[in-house]
Amino acid sequence: MIQNNPRLATLINGRAVPLEAIAMLTLDDFQQAIVEGVAVGQRVSAMFGAMVQPKANAVELYVVLADDEQNRLYAGRTRIEDDRFLSLTPRCPQVHLFEREIAEQFGLKAIGHPWFKPVRYQHSWTSLDAWDRPSDQPILPGVGDFYRVEGDEVHEVAVGPVHAGIIEPGHFRFQCHGERVFHLEIALGYQHRGVEQSMIGGPNKRSIHYAETLAGDSTIAHSTAYCQAIEALARCQKSARAQMLRGIALELERLANHIGDLGALANDVGFLPTSSYCGRIRGDLLNITAVLCGNRFGRGMVRPGGVGFDIDAARVSEMLRRLDAAERDTTVAVNLLWDTPSVMARFENTGPLPRGIAIELGIVGPAARASGLMRDIRLDQPSGIFRFTHLPVSTCDTGDVFGRAFVRWLEIQQSIKFIREQLSAVPAGSARVAVGSLLPNSFAVTLNESWRGEVCHAAITDTHGRFARYKIVDPSFHNWTALAYALRNQEISDFPLCNKSFNLSYCGNDL
Amino acid sequence: MFKIILARLQQGHRTIKYPDGPPPELSDRFCGRPTLDAAKCLTGCRACAEVCPTDAITITDQAHIDLGKCLFCSECAASCPNQAIAYSKDYRLAVRQRQDLVITQNQQSLNLEAEMSAKLKKLFGRSLKLRQVSAGGCNACEADTNVLNTLAWDLGRFGIQFVASPRHADGLLITGPVTENMKLALKKTYDAVPDPRIVIAVGACAISGGPYINHPQANNGAESVVPVDLYIPGCPPHPLTILDGLLRFLGRHNADFPSLVS
Repeated sequence: MIQNNPRLATLINGRAVPLEAIAMLTLDDFQQAIVEGVAVGQRVSAMFGAMVQPKANAVELYVVLADDEQNRLYAGRTRIEDDRFLSLTPRCPQVHLFEREIAEQFGLKAIGHPWFKPVRYQHSWTSLDAWDRPSDQPILPGVGDFYRVEGDEVHEVAVGPVHAGIIEPGHFRFQCHGERVFHLEIALGYQHRGVEQSMIGGPNKRSIHYAETLAGDSTIAHSTAYCQAIEALARCQKSARAQMLRGIALELERLANHIGDLGALANDVGFLPTSSYCGRIRGDLLNITAVLCGNRFGRGMVRPGGVGFDIDAARVSEMLRRLDAAERDTTVAVNLLWDTPSVMARFENTGPLPRGIAIELGIVGPAARASGLMRDIRLDQPSGIFRFTHLPVSTCDTGDVFGRAFVRWLEIQQSIKFIREQLSAVPAGSARVAVGSLLPNSFAVTLNESWRGEVCHAAITDTHGRFARYKIVDPSFHNWTALAYALRNQEISDFPLCNKSFNLSYCGNDL
Repeated sequence: MFKIILARLQQGHRTIKYPDGPPPELSDRFCGRPTLDAAKCLTGCRACAEVCPTDAITITDQAHIDLGKCLFCSECAASCPNQAIAYSKDYRLAVRQRQDLVITQNQQSLNLEAEMSAKLKKLFGRSLKLRQVSAGGCNACEADTNVLNTLAWDLGRFGIQFVASPRHADGLLITGPVTENMKLALKKTYDAVPDPRIVIAVGACAISGGPYINHPQANNGAESVVPVDLYIPGCPPHPLTILDGLLRFLGRHNADFPSLVS
C-alpha cells in the first residue's frame, strides 16, 4: 500500500492550503522524500524555486508529487542559503530539467547534475549566475556544448531555430551515423517571453491573458488551471453549469488538436487523403469553439469565477449539429490510416518509447498512455466537471508512432461522446460568479489534462494576497526528453514523423 | 484503394468560394473591428482604458483605440457603463501603415487601401512566396496562418505559398513579439531573402508585442528588427482576416470588396 510520506503536506488539486502547512525540510529530507515517493510510483509534477521573502537571500525549493493511485498531491519545501545544492538527478532522473531550470532562474549550481546546461538561455532572476556568466552580457540561445559522439563516420546535423514549415523555433542537434540517429539533443528557449516573472505581483489585468497565451493552442487548459488557482485562493465556488462549460471547451480543444495531429502525421508519411481532410476538419472544430465564445482558440471563454460566455438551447443544437458532421467526416478520414499498409508500415515500430523509460522520465499525456501508462489527470486528480463524469482512459502499449496516433483516435471518440452527453443535460446555474481577494500566505496547486498531458500551475501568495511566485509546468516540459529518447536508433528521415507524434509545445516549454 | 476513393466522394468539395462568393460565416460572437460612439462616453470615465490589458486605449482629448495592441478580448466593451464601445463583425483589419490602426471617434473606419506598388505587383501579384518566421509567439497566429494552406481556404489558388527557405522567398510573414532569443535568427532570415522583399506582421505580438509589451525578454514586435509592409491585427487574427489582408495587398480585390458587414 502506498503510504503518505509524513514529511510532506497532503494537497488536493484545486484547493489552497496555508503556506506554513508545508513543512520546511532539510535538503536531505526533501530529496529523500522525493526519491521515496517516486520509488512507490509517484510522479514529480513540479519542482521549482521561489524567493518568497525577497529580502532574504535564501531560495526556497518546492516539490509537488502526484500520487495517481491515491488521487492526492504531496508538497514539500526546503531552503537553499548557499549558491549551490547537491543535484538529485542521479537518483531521480525525472527532475533533471527542473533542476536546470532552478539553476537558471536562481543562479544556484546543481552539483553533480549529469547534464548541467541552461534551459531557456535567460538571465538569472538574482544576482547569481549558475554558469558564472557576466550579467551585462547577452546570452546566446542554443550556444554551448552539445552531446557529441566521436568517430570517423559520425556526423552532426543541426536543425533550427527557424524550421522549414510554419512552426515554432527550436534547435535539434543529431549525432548520426549514415541515416541512423545515435543521439538527439534538443535546445529550446527561443520563445522565452518572461511570463513567470511577469506573473509576480499579480493577479492584474494581464494575468488571464498570459494564462491564455502560454501555449496558444492550449488556451483552455492553461486558463482553466489559472482560474482554478485564483478560485482556490479566493475560496470561490463555481456553478455546475460553469464547470460543465469549461469541460466542454477543454474537450473541444482536445478534439481540434488531436484531429489536426492525425492529419499532420498523415502528411509526414505523404498520405494526402487523411492529411487534407483532417486539416479541414480541425478548422471545423475550432469553429465550434468559436460558436461558444467567438474565438477559435477559446480566448475569453474561461474566466475567474466561471466562464465568459453562456449557452442556450439554440446554441447547443448548433454545436451538436456541427459536432455530428465533424464526427462523420473524421471517422472516414482517420480509418483510412489504419487500412493503408504504407501508412502503418511507417507508423509501426517507429520512435518507440519503452514503458520503463516513460516512467523513469515522468512522461505525461497521450505519449505516456501510448506506452501503456494509465495516466490522465481527469481520472487521477479530477477537478471541475471531471469529478462527476469520468471518461475512460485511452491507452495503447506499443509506445511507437502508431500507439501515439491510435491513442489520439480513441480520445477523439471519447471526447465527442462526452460533449454530447454533457450538452444533453446542461445544469442550471450562473455562468460566472464574483471572485473576492486572494488568501495571503497560501499555496495552491491546480492540474488539468490538456491535450498534450498534465498542465500544472502552482501559486504562492504573499502577505497581501498577491502572487509571490507563480509556477507553470506545461506537459511539454516533461515530454521533450521523451522525443529525444524516442529518436535513438531511428532513421533521421523519421524525425518529422516522431516529432509530430509527440507534437510538443515550444512556447509552453519556454514561457 | 476503393476505400480511399469512397472517402474522397464522402468528403466532397469543400474549398470556399470566397472571394468569388461571400466570405464564410463567422460566429455571432466574433469580435471584429471595434466601433466607438463617443457621444455615449460619461465625462471623466476611463473604464475602458483602465481595463485594457495592453493599454491599447488611450484617452487624451478623445479616445484612441490602437488595433495594433488590441487583443480583441472585449473587456473594454464589457466594462463600459454606457455601451460606447462595441465590436463589429467587420473582419477586414489589415493595413499598410502602422498609424492607420488607430481608431478614434472621427476615424472609425480603417484605411483599407493596401495594394502593393505597381512594380511589386508585377513581380508578386500572381506568385507570392513567403517564409514564415515564428518569433516568440504563442503559436495561435502560426496555427491560423497554417490553416490557410488547408483545403477549405486553399491559399495556393492565389499563387501564395509558404516556402522552406528564405532564399526561395519573396518576403517574410512574422508572428510573435520577437523575443531576445529570436532576434538574431529573424535578422539573419530577413537578410537571406533576396531583394525586392516584403514583410507582413501578423498578430498583436508581431505588431506591438501583444500581451508581452515592454517585457525585457521581447522586443515589442517585428519593427524592432525589420521594416513592415502589411499589418494584420488580431489575437490571433481570424484566417479570413489574414486572407483578406493578403488579397488586398496583392490587389486581388480592392478596399470596397465586399460591402461592409456591420
